[in-house]
Amino acid sequence: MSQRLDATFAALADPTRRAILARLATGEASVAQLAAPFAMSQPAISKHLKVLERAGLISRSRDAQRRPRRIEAQPLAEANEWLERYRKIWEANFERLDALLEEMKAMQVKRDDKRDKGQTQVTRTKRHR
Amino acid sequence: MKNSTTFKVTTPTDREIVITREFDAPRTLVFDAFTKPELIKRWLTGPPGWSFVVCEMDARVGGEFRYVWRGPDQSEMGMRGVIREIVPPERIVATERFDQAWYPGDAQDTWVLTETSGKTTLTLTLRYESREARDIALKSGMDQGMAAGYDRLEELLPSFAAGGTAQ
Repeated sequence: MSQRLDATFAALADPTRRAILARLATGEASVAQLAAPFAMSQPAISKHLKVLERAGLISRSRDAQRRPRRIEAQPLAEANEWLERYRKIWEANFERLDALLEEMKAMQVKRDDKRDKGQTQVTRTKRHR
Repeated sequence: MKNSTTFKVTTPTDREIVITREFDAPRTLVFDAFTKPELIKRWLTGPPGWSFVVCEMDARVGGEFRYVWRGPDQSEMGMRGVIREIVPPERIVATERFDQAWYPGDAQDTWVLTETSGKTTLTLTLRYESREARDIALKSGMDQGMAAGYDRLEELLPSFAAGGTAQ
């Protein structure tokens, strides 16, 4: 499972492959159909398809003539689950940081007000730099 | 939370994790929150139930930082690192390593802050020594006690397909 996850992340590291997956998320498609939106030859697209296939992210349908590709949800969902968990930890940190920054901004305003009372010549534009 | 909508985690290359997030504050304040121990302590506490036991940061080139967290089951997790580059209030480059060495080698973190009309965007790039190390770091979410039920695979799939991110 871990090896497959590595293959999944490697396959997802490429923007063309992510675009192919996005297209396949809307329904199966032939190699020619997949190649159409890209300025790439069919063999170049086929190479990307091979990487996706090896990672288990796509498969071929039975239709022997067209051999349309379709998306395989499971490995993508697994990879996404890891990213999602990782994301949650950071988001919890960042939400605490949001609250802290609000406090810091309020403190800064207070400090500035005090300073203004002491020396009225402080120019407002110099603050918050 | 409006700021959470600006939050992204991506894996643009084999060895990197890139985190971007906007904060509604000027970058001098964000920079302070990243470099002053008494402020770091307030937010970088990790998953729910974890808290800081040690939080030290010597924010200058060659300066070291040391963090130790304690979890709800009293287990501890420690990390140390060295500041390689620091340009207030815009950039910090540091190397880091966890005590538990659960991924091979050091990681290099680059924190970049850009400010536009009073708001600050953080771009944090975490670069690992290998793809293996990077993937272990990504999977750490599990080890850190985030084993809440995720039965939302179908729900997650469209967002992934749309942008290639876990947004």
